[in-house]
Amino acid sequence: MTSLWTRVEPLLARVRKPARYIGCEDGAIEPRHGPGKVAWLLAYPDVYEVGLPNQGLQILYEILNERADAVAERTYAPWVDLEALMRERSIPLFSVDTHRAAGDFDVIAFNLSAELVYTNVLNMIDLAGVPIHAARRRPDDPLVIVGGHAAFNPEPLADFIDVAVLGEGEEVVSEITEVVREWKASGRTEGSREAVLRALSKIPGVYVPSMYEVEYERERTVSVTPRYTDVPSTVVKRTVSDLAQWDYPRRPLAPLTEVVHDRLAVEVFRGCTRGCRFCQAGMITRPVRERPAEQVRTMITRGLERTGYNEVSLTSLSTADFSGVENVVSSIVPDPTACGAPTVSLPSLRVDAFTVGLAAQVASGRRSGLTFAPEAGTWRLRTVINKLITEADLYGAVESAYANGWSRMKLYFLTGLPTETDDDTRGIAELAAGCVAIGKKYTPRANVTVSLGGFVPKAHTPFQWFGQNGVDELRRKIGVVRSAASRGVHVKWHDPAASLAEGVASRGDRRVGRVIERVWREGGTFQEWSEYFRLDRWTDALAAEGLDVDWFTTRHRDESEILPWEHLSAGLHRDFLWQDWRSALDEHGLPDCRWTPCYDCGVCTGDGLEHVVASPVPPAGGSQGTGQDLSIGGRIPEAVPVRLGARS
Amino acid sequence: MKVRISYRKLGKVRFLGHLDMARLWERGLRKAAVPVAMSAGFTPRPKVSFGLALPTGAESVVELFDVTLDPGVDHGVDHGVDHGVDLDIDHGVDHERLQSSLSGAMPPGIDVLDVDSASPLVWSLQEDVTATTWVMAIDSTTENEMYDRVSEVVDAPEIWIERERKGERRRDDVRPGVLDLRVVTRDNWSSASEIASWADDVARLSSNVQFVEATLTTSGRGVRPTEMAEVLRPGVDPWVTMPRVVRTHQWIGRDDAPRVSARAGKDITHDESLERRLERLEQRRAPEPAGRTGTVH
Repeated sequence: MTSLWTRVEPLLARVRKPARYIGCEDGAIEPRHGPGKVAWLLAYPDVYEVGLPNQGLQILYEILNERADAVAERTYAPWVDLEALMRERSIPLFSVDTHRAAGDFDVIAFNLSAELVYTNVLNMIDLAGVPIHAARRRPDDPLVIVGGHAAFNPEPLADFIDVAVLGEGEEVVSEITEVVREWKASGRTEGSREAVLRALSKIPGVYVPSMYEVEYERERTVSVTPRYTDVPSTVVKRTVSDLAQWDYPRRPLAPLTEVVHDRLAVEVFRGCTRGCRFCQAGMITRPVRERPAEQVRTMITRGLERTGYNEVSLTSLSTADFSGVENVVSSIVPDPTACGAPTVSLPSLRVDAFTVGLAAQVASGRRSGLTFAPEAGTWRLRTVINKLITEADLYGAVESAYANGWSRMKLYFLTGLPTETDDDTRGIAELAAGCVAIGKKYTPRANVTVSLGGFVPKAHTPFQWFGQNGVDELRRKIGVVRSAASRGVHVKWHDPAASLAEGVASRGDRRVGRVIERVWREGGTFQEWSEYFRLDRWTDALAAEGLDVDWFTTRHRDESEILPWEHLSAGLHRDFLWQDWRSALDEHGLPDCRWTPCYDCGVCTGDGLEHVVASPVPPAGGSQGTGQDLSIGGRIPEAVPVRLGARS
Repeated sequence: MKVRISYRKLGKVRFLGHLDMARLWERGLRKAAVPVAMSAGFTPRPKVSFGLALPTGAESVVELFDVTLDPGVDHGVDHGVDHGVDLDIDHGVDHERLQSSLSGAMPPGIDVLDVDSASPLVWSLQEDVTATTWVMAIDSTTENEMYDRVSEVVDAPEIWIERERKGERRRDDVRPGVLDLRVVTRDNWSSASEIASWADDVARLSSNVQFVEATLTTSGRGVRPTEMAEVLRPGVDPWVTMPRVVRTHQWIGRDDAPRVSARAGKDITHDESLERRLERLEQRRAPEPAGRTGTVH
């Protein structure tokens, strides 16, 4: 139980960015371990700079440390240089708070925000000195738990994890703690591991893969059956009904070294009902629950005082939709010229002029760049994906941005979307050209960066039945955009090869676990980092396991197919998802249910919840189907000074 | 109005880099509600100037930075100072309060030692400092072995090492940059009280550690403590040779002026002439340690 610090310290001067491993952050809580306490190690399976800002981890860190019967520390994936030194010297994975060995904790809980980190999860379990296969763990090994968005299809990790938690963790971590505390008190005797897992499986939102028998016939999943009658046949996600009761983090972690989001973050609402069909986050976090504006203000003031930050990010899936956004923003920025006033950043901007006005209000000093995500190049395709941004919305936003002093725009697009034709793909370049043309009216330096991501269908979305584009097709489409791009348009793209591996992990079943294990054994960690990603590791591993990459990725699924995550529920009715998938193919858009009648997706009714929205009317100037006229969808506004390809 | 803040950096925080420290001080100054003057221009920046970078991994009891204060700056906290009123030199800043609130705003291991009004005559920190003194903990060695090695280095007319400069490998003679090198013990080094706890820490690390005190130039062909460790034990990772190293002095030297500590004294006032300041600092200078190996200077 002693600290590994004296063994770790001599290595740190010899590795890159050693501040990753020392803890001591502002807001760090001194852990008090004790025999009656359940010790949680909250783990982020990527490097410190990426993991530290994670709000989910920070929230659970505080909630657990507030409990009398729990204590929590944190760990992040050691970078490859330190890992090599640790393995050379048999130093196990340690916490950054007190450099306690990971194997000394009762629970190691991983936050899974994406799929390509799965090999890092295996690596960290192994570095902890814990058997990577759950079936081989002994009573004195920690329980391995995963949560976060990717945990909504944990099947590829089923062999390696003891527990997956679906949905929000604020309440369920306490329920898990109570069960584990009893197990610990009973002495964790031989054979007790099975019993504690069975007890955990009865907690709502908790999924214990080993309690289920999965049968395959040829390639398909045909049944998922609980092994015991008291194990639920379907596990439904957890949702916190009132965000106002959870004003966490109250002691935000401010790191000593630079991290990816180096500012205070205050979550203004959770959930999103815009209904973008490609977006897993929007589907699995419903319903919308706003934080009271007054509490947002308090959290901002306290957070800035505590941390010394002078920048705050108001986070959510679409912050311009927050009912209180104008009031909150204007109260933080009393005078944009005052030196001491904090900067506000608004991530996930909606695409319309109103939103840009808001951005202009908060932007202080240099206006470097503004990012919009129209996601698809034509109105037709945007009705398919239900991102109901009209050409008028986008061009209006861009016009407003240039008029407010911005000179660089970044536009995010997905390619490889359902029903996408080359006209749609070329439409990306045309939209970008239109933006440049507007910009030229304001500045000769106007330029637009187009960022292309290959679409990967995700579980629990209407597109879960769609066969994604292969690597060659995505490359070809990137080529289509590049050759259609005119002057002033720069095209960037994500590696389509990584999209394929992500696809295998996203919609994989339990057999994919062996592929992940192989990739890890071949040295494939940090797969989110392009310098460490190699597609051949994945294709070789699939081939070695006799699995067909196309079957998992590019194949369209039909309605009757039992999907590997069918026994796990985000609260969405299967019928709703299927109907929404059909509507997509019919190019039928669906306005936001906050301001239109309910579509009965299942979330509110199933959970006895309701949207918590302060304002019953759509936000001013709102785009994306907030009651505006959609018939003008693809019409190019006259303000655009170039003739672009006519579209219906 | 400018103040010079001296602080120490000991323990885990030694792994923070120079840029991390700058960011941390900016946040610390805001947390402590210090009225820092802002630069003019489109993107106002706090007027803070940091001294000589401390290598990541090294510790120090003599780190310095200068802050320009402006009572007109509103940091969202009421300082009881009217806007636009000139800062009174004598009563404008409570140095002791500033010291304690700043220390409290920084992570464990970083402590503000003193806050002083810097003379308008002082040069910028970076240019001022021409030499620094280090106490290096050399692992896995004996007293005699170290004496022999240090004598060899001191007696050598030139010492060539390979270093990378602007992406190119090149050979440099570092001997001129070694102003002083001696084997010291806890009884005879020049900063006994400041680094007592550091030495206790090192003693826990290993039983066969010897201490070497080195004064190295920073300007021109400056020599880093890691390079000194490589000179003492060629071909070995310097952080294996020297698991811990602490900076104990920063020296200001200019032309024929005596070497004086760059850490401002509490008795320095704003109108004091440079000459007087140097004189006073010279008086307060720590006595030369009585090393058993020859001193080169």
